[in-house]
Amino acid sequence: MDLFLQLTLAGLAIGSIYACVALAVVMIYQATDHFNFAQGEMAMFSTFVAWALFQATGSIWLAFVLAVAASFIAGIIIERVIVKPVESAPVFNQIIVFIGLLMIFNNLAGWFWEHTTKTLPSLFPEDLGFETTLISPHNLGVIVFTLALLLVVFLFFKFTKVGLAMKAAAANPDSARLVGVSVGWMLALGWGLASAIGAVGGVLVAPIVFLEPNMMSGVLLYGFAGALFGGVNSPGGAVAGGLIVGVLENWARQYVPGGSELGLTFALVLIVGVLMFKPAGLFGRVVVKRV
Amino acid sequence: MPLLKVKGLKAYYRQTEALHGVDFELDEGSITTILGANGAGKTTTLRAISRMVRTEGSITFQGEEITGLASEKIPRLGIAHVPEGRGTFVRQSVEENLELGAYTRKSKSDVADDVERVYAYFPRLKERMKQQAGTLSGGEQQMLAIGRALMLRPKLMLLDEPSFGLAPLITQEIYDIMARISKDEGASMLLVEQNANIALNLADHAYLLETGNVVMSGEASILRDDETVRRTYLGY
Repeated sequence: MDLFLQLTLAGLAIGSIYACVALAVVMIYQATDHFNFAQGEMAMFSTFVAWALFQATGSIWLAFVLAVAASFIAGIIIERVIVKPVESAPVFNQIIVFIGLLMIFNNLAGWFWEHTTKTLPSLFPEDLGFETTLISPHNLGVIVFTLALLLVVFLFFKFTKVGLAMKAAAANPDSARLVGVSVGWMLALGWGLASAIGAVGGVLVAPIVFLEPNMMSGVLLYGFAGALFGGVNSPGGAVAGGLIVGVLENWARQYVPGGSELGLTFALVLIVGVLMFKPAGLFGRVVVKRV
Repeated sequence: MPLLKVKGLKAYYRQTEALHGVDFELDEGSITTILGANGAGKTTTLRAISRMVRTEGSITFQGEEITGLASEKIPRLGIAHVPEGRGTFVRQSVEENLELGAYTRKSKSDVADDVERVYAYFPRLKERMKQQAGTLSGGEQQMLAIGRALMLRPKLMLLDEPSFGLAPLITQEIYDIMARISKDEGASMLLVEQNANIALNLADHAYLLETGNVVMSGEASILRDDETVRRTYLGY
């Protein structure tokens, strides 16, 4: 029973990181109808920035905050400079741009910081103040921290004027313009937020998987699986999907014979299965529309 | 000085010229209607004012040229556009749709007052305030679109076929409310319609548009009663 609980809690921890990535992906998907394939590499790059800042300042929290802020600004700049010019280009061109971004960030990180793995310390203290064998301090911190972050994001979109305007701009750009919403800037802001959320995911996962340029490729795949599983048009669903994928993956590794070798296969099977049998995802809202 | 003055307006969709030099004016406090068949350029004229299409020529609002502005700046001048197809934010609630209409305004308490004012005109929206706007009926969505425009406290409302796809009774209900709004709010209206009869009953002044040109204009009551005009252009 202990093993089962341990697996589940560790799954929730890694799942909340998938949830961050899934949320970032879904935010951009809702605004542009495209998957940002570079989301993972952008998060990886952010994590390297955090590592470099940690080397310079010695404070992991300061490095974390600065890296997330820098990622937010970088996300806005990337949208304005690279994505906006291809806004009305054919879908295929846009996909190429996203894949190009992925390669660029991957190679830049290799160039700046080389391919040897680095270690990034955990944001959370080693000592919890109580004893438990069920979950590591880092994993507990990850779960609590991401749930708090996701709650803040939820409240932002639910209750602030800018959040509402961002949703409006994503769903109906023409109408949004007619009420005075600057749609272009809302998209850029969306990229900034997605990039910042991805950075959080990267810094949280780094102590688990080691920091190197390909750190996020697996995480991104699980993030995609989570997003699809939960429903690509539902941010809440993407978060739930990420958590579920994390837990299922952990169970599968332990309980399926040979499962420890099958992690990524499992994610892909899930993606294909969802697309085949329930394309809207588990929590994907079907928009009711009367005409 | 007219509130809105359009001169030599041409509009383009890619290379196609959709308006060929349209002139018209609208006086403060008045209701002006633009009539015409499908494809005459009615919607394009409104989209030109809201800067949603590429144009040549001049559009002045309160004496100021607005052709250099981006779409999202137009509501800040006090121009509210009720677009073709109503432009509902389908996944947002009725209340959120109204809040979006007041996006450019600062004072929260004023906005809250105005939500109540809109509900006074359209009690049915109040009943459905928490409902996803996409689930409203066509008539209710039209009410919501007009309510959203009112949230701007507009000086000028651009209304694109409020009767579109609605049963005659609902259309009449909406036009009655528009008449009240015009009287109580002092907002000027530029109304585009295919349903000439009902529009001419509401409007003070009318322009007739045919394939991108103004072919006739005059007082609405005179056009309405002129049998030749009715037969030739309005088809009823």
